[in-house]
Order: sequence, then structure tokens, then C-alpha cells
Amino acid sequence: MGQTIADKIFASHVVDRPAEGVFVLRLDAVFCHEITTPPAIVDLEARGKDRVFAPDRIKAVIDHVTPAKDSKTATQGKILRDWARRHGIKDFFDIGRNGVCHALFPEQGFVRPGYTIIMGDSHTCTHGAFGAFAAGVGTTDLEVGILKGVCAFRRPRTIRIEITGSLPAGVFAKDVILSVIGRIGVNGATDRVIEFGGPVVEAMGMEERMTLCNMAVEAGATSGICAPDMTTVKFLWPFISQQYGSPQEALEDYLRFAPDPDADYEQVIEHDVSNLSPQATYGYKPDQVKPVSELAGTPIDQVYLGSCTNGRLEDLQVAAGILAGKQIAPSVRMIVSPATPQIYAQALEQGLIATFIQAGACVTNPTCGACLGMSNGVLAEGEVCAATTNRNFNGRMGKGGMIHLVSPATAAASALAGHLANSELYQEGK
Amino acid sequence: MKTFGGNILFLDRSDINTDEIIPAKYLTEISRQALKPYLLEDLKLEGFDPASDLAGKQVIVTRDNFGCGSSREHAPWALEVNGINLVIASGFARIFRQNMFNCGMLAVELAPEQIEAIFSKFSPGPARAEADPRTGQLVISGNGKSLEFSFRLGEFDLALVQAGGWVEYADSRY
Ligand code: SF4
Repeated sequence: MGQTIADKIFASHVVDRPAEGVFVLRLDAVFCHEITTPPAIVDLEARGKDRVFAPDRIKAVIDHVTPAKDSKTATQGKILRDWARRHGIKDFFDIGRNGVCHALFPEQGFVRPGYTIIMGDSHTCTHGAFGAFAAGVGTTDLEVGILKGVCAFRRPRTIRIEITGSLPAGVFAKDVILSVIGRIGVNGATDRVIEFGGPVVEAMGMEERMTLCNMAVEAGATSGICAPDMTTVKFLWPFISQQYGSPQEALEDYLRFAPDPDADYEQVIEHDVSNLSPQATYGYKPDQVKPVSELAGTPIDQVYLGSCTNGRLEDLQVAAGILAGKQIAPSVRMIVSPATPQIYAQALEQGLIATFIQAGACVTNPTCGACLGMSNGVLAEGEVCAATTNRNFNGRMGKGGMIHLVSPATAAASALAGHLANSELYQEGK
Repeated sequence: MKTFGGNILFLDRSDINTDEIIPAKYLTEISRQALKPYLLEDLKLEGFDPASDLAGKQVIVTRDNFGCGSSREHAPWALEVNGINLVIASGFARIFRQNMFNCGMLAVELAPEQIEAIFSKFSPGPARAEADPRTGQLVISGNGKSLEFSFRLGEFDLALVQAGGWVEYADSRY
């Protein structure tokens, strides 16, 4: 039987098999942020092992709480900053140059097809959009990654999700992934890799593929992966043009990591999106998903546009297109966090920021912000937020708050309406 | 090797996530001990009160997909500083399970019917569990009754528990 993308990446990176079914992989990159890395640094110091395996393969950012909100978060930032300096980690992104890790690192060209990547962050699966095996890990795995450049995994079986049909107008990658999670459940891909493929994925740009892979972990998956293709190469070309003679040559090289036609999938799920409508979550689990139309009218207090799921330029463009020349409902407060400084700058240039401000939204610096209720945008008890983020867990955006996960289009339309609403971009039956 | 066991806290729900185990707002703490008062603060479970229900418990018995969500190792740490080093469930989220073993804690997976049997015989307690990772033997007792189960740890999981965690294991080998 042929191999899946993950099988191929495993085969090309295995350095040890300490037990049946366990693979110790060589890592191409270790990503770090200021919440989960400081405990790893402090522990390595305590063990007398304050070393890094390769400073140029470690990338670090302060993104979750920035600017620091109090002495504790200032200390977290300081531990990461001092460590990066001490070890000559050049790709360290501090305030002014920092952005949400899973948007920033791909934008910097740090992710390549066939890479193995870990980070102390569950949404590391985002980087699978480039044909990489990228997995979230805990602090101890991160420590070993930093120290030795390796990580142990059980061989993950692959579930192939073939996304077929064609996306109706006003329906986006976010709606697709919400519908997939609603279908397979929060435990549907635990210990599995989800390989996303099919005509709808092939037609998607890299930003949409990242949205798709970002939420793979919400179905329990170790990583979401899309096969590398010309879209991947074009995105990466500014970073790889020295390495390859032509985009074609790069593609041929990357196709080493394409799945075999007879790949050994545990399961193949066909997911037709031709009749898909905008989707939203309604409970405290990401698989509690319904069409927005069935939830229309649900009052909201806050709208959050941002995060590693949907804080990229296209997301801001879609939302600004809906908000242009209009005012958000007086009962709603809207917060926009462009995911990186580059996205922020482009949004400024394109007039999107002006649109948000004129509509009555607050625009923050690039940060995780309201997504995990650690710094700004925290909800009060009983408040409701329509958010373009990826997790609606109880208490995530503030104790007693409720989050409806939606696309940027639904978020913008709901901000105007003052309650959950389909955007005008979506017209049923068309 | 240390022993794993003690009084059981029954959490009769699937998909208990890491934000419920330790809310994100406490991730600003660098010391593990500082997490202690906040364990399961946001758990959505009818009648559950962390202040009274956690006292004197060393073991959690729960349903499926325990620890789903974030990668935060703060979740097993928050258990550990509260004296809990054994969780028995019908399934765990991948990162959480790995974090448990990486910290030298024990995650025991049983079939859903076996978990059901434990709940129906012993919940809400008082009941005790004792697990031996070497022999793979688990005994649940309470109310004058007892049940015995066997579980299997992977060779690698056992090696990690024996080596005292993944950092020492990896640094000496790779
Ligand atoms: S935006 Fe939210 S989900 Fe993404 S990395 Fe930040 S906190 Fe995590």
C-alpha cells in the first residue's frame, strides 16, 4: 500500500524507534511563544541543560499578551527575550514586529513542505497547510525539542477528508471546517492526521488552507495536512527562489511529499460542500455546529475578528467589504486584531482599517487578544461574542461568557445586525 | 517507581477540556504551585464544586477524550500540585496523554464498558483506586466491593515513567 503525506514525512525524519509504533523524529523547526516556552526554559535551567539544538531552527514570538498587561506577563516576555538573546536566536519577534505565531511564521517563510515542526501550542497544526507535519506539544516535549531537535510520536493513522462540490458564494473555509468538525466530532480524529484534499482544497489559497488546518485539532487531530502544489510554491517563492531554478523545479521537489494514489488511509470521508451554508457553533464544544440561519437573531454583545484562524488579510478584506459605509449596531462592540504587522500595514494601505474605524470598530495591535481571554476583549458573565476564532470552550473569553465561532463574513454581518446573521454575500438557493 | 492511587474523584462527562482543567487566565503563572487553587475552576458539570469535591482526592475517573483542547502542560501540572497523579478514562486527547507520561504521571485507558462499570458500582464514592504500571493491574474498591482490571502501557510510556520523564531519557540518548 502507498503512503500518506504524514507517512512520507515520518519515513524521511525518523532517527529512532524506541518501541513498537513509536517514532522519534528529527525536527526542522521548533516554534516558541511566551506562554508555554518560559516554563520549559526555567526547567532546562534548573536541570543544568540551558542549551538549544540549533539557534537558526528555533523561532520565537511574544504574541499572546502583548503589550504586557501586568508584571507576570512582563516576566514571561522577559524570560523568552533574554533566552533568545543568550542563545543567538535571530528569529525572535518582539513588540512592534510581533504577530500571532501561526500567521507570522508562515508569512516569514519558516514553513516548507515536508517539514517537521513542533510548538507548545495546539494550533500548530495550522502549518500543515504547507504539506508539513506540524503538531502541538506540551512543555516537556517542547523542552526536548529545544534541547535535542527531536520529538517522539506514535505513528498517526491518516483520515483523508475529500472536500468536493463547489463552495457557494458567501461560504468560506471557516464554514467548511466547522461543518467537518460538526460531522466527525471533537474526538473524531484523536491521534490521527487529517489530510484535506479534493477539488475545493485544490482551489483554495494558502490563507484558506491555513484556516482549514488550524481547526484540525478541534476534532482531536495531531495535524491537518494539505498536499503541496503550485499554490504552495507560489506563496513560498520569495523565500525559495535562491534554492530552486524555477517554481516547477521546486514543485517537483515538494511532490516527494504528495500522497500516493493508493495511500493507506484509515478512512476516507467525502464531504460535499455544494449546499453548505454559513455555519456557527452554539455550545461550548466546537462540534456543536448549526447553520447561521437557524441561530439568526441570537443577541450578541461583542464581535471579535482576528486570531490564527481568521485574522489574515483576506479575512479583513471580506469583513471590511461587508462593513464598508455602514455602522455596527449600537448594542455591539467590535474588536479587530490584524494577525501580523504586515497584515496590519496592508490593511492600512488598502483602507480596511479606516473602514473598520468608520464602522465603529476598535482595532488593536497584532496579538491573540480576545481569543483566549488573557489580555483584552474579555467578556463579562453572561455576555455573548461572535468570534472568528477556533475555540468556544466554557470560560475561554472570560468566565461565564459564550462564544459563537463564525467566519469573518458572518462576524461582520452580525456586527451590523446586533445579532447572529448571514452576510449579504450569501444568498440561499443561488 | 512511585505508586499511583488514592481516593477517586468521579467526573461523569466526556470531552472535559484543558480550559476547564485550568483556565487560560492562570497561564501567566511561572510556578506550578501557583496553579493549585484553580484546578477545574471552570468545569461544567452539574453539582460539581471544586472547593469541596477535590479535597483529599488523588485519582480522577472520567469518560472519553479527557484533556482535549490546548497543549498546555499546566493541565497535568495543576492535577499534580493537587496530589492527583492518576487519571482513568475511556480515552485521552493526544497531547494531554503525552504530557501526563512526560511528567511521570499515569494515564490509564479502559474500555467504555469498564468505565461504565466503575461509575455504576462506585460513583459518587467514597472509593479508591490503586494502579501498578509494571504489572498493569488496577484495583478499584469501595463500599465493601472491589473490581480488578488490567491495562497495558506502551513499552515507551513505561520507559518514560521509569526514566523519570522524557527530558532525561532524550538527553542521554539523542
Ligand atoms: S490566536 Fe488564539 S488559538 Fe491562535 S495561537 Fe493565539 S490564543 Fe491560540
